[in-house]
Amino acid sequence: MSPKTGSVLGRYSRKAQEWPSCPLSLLPEDVLKRSMEVGVISDEGERAATYLQIDHSVVFQAVQDAFKGKIEILNTREALKRYGWLREYWWRLVKTDADEYTKLADSLWDQGYFIRVFEGEKVTLPLQSCLLMSTENLNQNVHNIIIAEPRSEAHIITGCTVHPNVHSGLHVGVSEFYVKEGAKVTFTMIHSWAQEVEVRPRSAALIEDGATFISNYVCLKPVKNLQMYPTAYCRGASSRVSFNSILYGAGDSKIDVGAKVVLQGEGSRGEVVSRAIATDNAQIYVRGFLLGEHGESRAHLECRGLLLSDGAMIYAIPELLAKVRGAELSHEAAVGKIAEDQILYLMARGFSREEAESLIVRGFMDVSILGLPDKLSSDIKRMIDATTARAL
Amino acid sequence: MDILTVEDLSVEVSGRTILRDINFSIPEGEVHVLFGPNGSGKSSLIKTILGFPGYKVLSGSIFFKGKEITDMPTDERVKLGMGVAFQNPPAVRGVKLGEILKGMMRNREEVEKRIGNILKELNFPTDFLTRDVNLGFSGGETKKSEILQVLAQDADLTILDEPDSGVDVENLQVIGAVLSRRLKGKSVLLVTHLGYILRYIDADMAHVLMDGTIACSGSALKILGQILKEGYSWCEKCPRVKGLRCEVFL
Ligand SMILES: Nc1ncnc2c1ncn2[C@@H]1O[C@H](COP(=O)(O)OP(=O)(O)OP(=O)(O)O)[C@@H](O)[C@H]1O
Ligand SMILES: [Mg+2]
Repeated sequence: MSPKTGSVLGRYSRKAQEWPSCPLSLLPEDVLKRSMEVGVISDEGERAATYLQIDHSVVFQAVQDAFKGKIEILNTREALKRYGWLREYWWRLVKTDADEYTKLADSLWDQGYFIRVFEGEKVTLPLQSCLLMSTENLNQNVHNIIIAEPRSEAHIITGCTVHPNVHSGLHVGVSEFYVKEGAKVTFTMIHSWAQEVEVRPRSAALIEDGATFISNYVCLKPVKNLQMYPTAYCRGASSRVSFNSILYGAGDSKIDVGAKVVLQGEGSRGEVVSRAIATDNAQIYVRGFLLGEHGESRAHLECRGLLLSDGAMIYAIPELLAKVRGAELSHEAAVGKIAEDQILYLMARGFSREEAESLIVRGFMDVSILGLPDKLSSDIKRMIDATTARAL
Repeated sequence: MDILTVEDLSVEVSGRTILRDINFSIPEGEVHVLFGPNGSGKSSLIKTILGFPGYKVLSGSIFFKGKEITDMPTDERVKLGMGVAFQNPPAVRGVKLGEILKGMMRNREEVEKRIGNILKELNFPTDFLTRDVNLGFSGGETKKSEILQVLAQDADLTILDEPDSGVDVENLQVIGAVLSRRLKGKSVLLVTHLGYILRYIDADMAHVLMDGTIACSGSALKILGQILKEGYSWCEKCPRVKGLRCEVFL
């Protein structure tokens, strides 16, 4: 462990509670409740596969019978042992020495999940994974690998959260996505932390010919500080990526979320869409970086931010870099408080000021940007409505 | 009884007095028209009647159904029974027209039927209900959406700010017929420039707003005729502006 790594590890403990493996339905009530709040359900029949890790222990990993032979879900330690070739995917998109957090995850690695969708398999039910911290002040470093073989399709939900008794901790999550020719991966990550938790996801995706990667991120609960800037390399011809995020910053949260799209393939397309609400004393940075390296490539960045309190802040930082002629990059950003004329318009329809504000805020957190199937979409909508209703 | 009475009303917006000594009242069941050149203060008067906070009442009072409402918040005035179709409503991203309509009323089943009927009468496609209100609506669509909302509300006083501006001939007929039928016997305050809508709605009385003040009041059709013939220059000559009685209309 380098002294630097020691410094980000700081006061966090590496002593985790041991959890025996156990089916989801037998988990303690409070753990189940928390996992449900991040989209992970105990009814395994509704999911094609499930991975659950608490602290440093793999508690559950299984593929539903109907999907055996189509997909695979394993903890990464076991997966690396079983498949020598997996080394070719390990720390390839994210570099171990990228920053102090990747170094930490490299030197002190606590599992994570390996998901593989076999060639041509179109998985109709979502796969789910849940990473939970149950020990106060713990450091958890997971490393995930997701491989979608050619022409496969899957939807993955990942929920990351803490036990209700946990207030502080450091979560580092390295994720490397490989979306091969003609494959499509929709990855929806839902975070629900606590006010003293620090979070550092470190993700990158490689998207090959005709492949599509949709990465959704939803964070609605307070967090001490959260910083991530995933990169998608649209290497293949006609490769596509969308990064969509819905952020709600409350309390003293400091949230710094960006996405970087590198357009390398002919006809590659990228999109970064975000909706951010900041209230109380929250600070939200919304970044986006579009890099056009191919003469026939196009990407767009859209950021909307809404401030609900004078103590809060939203800083939108869109960046466009075209390196060749023909790379079409564009952005639009709008940040502000709720427009008074809109509130008055709704009040002129008989809504109270509070009702008008809540209608506007609810509408602002537009789940349709995530492009999810109806059921999931309405689940997330419900979570958002609950959050905003409490806030207003 | 008067449904609306405006007494000695003066109003300031961003430090500028835009309405001065306005006096008029609408007896229950009457239709009153508000004429006046662009920028004379018609929409501002409506927003003041509605209680928009930017429109600061310097002096005077407003009574609605015999109750003083001068300092009442907008939503309470609306709940008391006034409804308005705005001239230039703002787009509200994320808030669907259908959501507003549903929120506006309590009894859901009846409301859905009522909204369905008005939509049909207005020849307004139902998919507008699932669109963000006024976002990307064309001029005519905005008018229809405003009229739909105000008619769904079925207010005791319906205020229409230029329901006929920017509407094509066929849609004017559609809108006119719907308003004529649904507002029969109701109290209405109506702003129109060219008076097209008056082919469908019988007005009892008109007031002409000139530079923030009511220059004259009288028969709606006579005043309209005069405006169409001579523009507002006849009104500038009007002796009432000089503090005398208007000979022609009163
Ligand atoms: N919120 C505001 N801020 C600044 N000025 C305003 C505001 N509202 C109205 N005004 C000004 O008050 C005056 C009257 O405007 P108003 O919209 O009431 O006119 P109007 O009679 O409805 O005109 P039109 O026929 O063009 O609709 C105008 O000079 C306008 O610019
Ligand atoms: Mg006007």
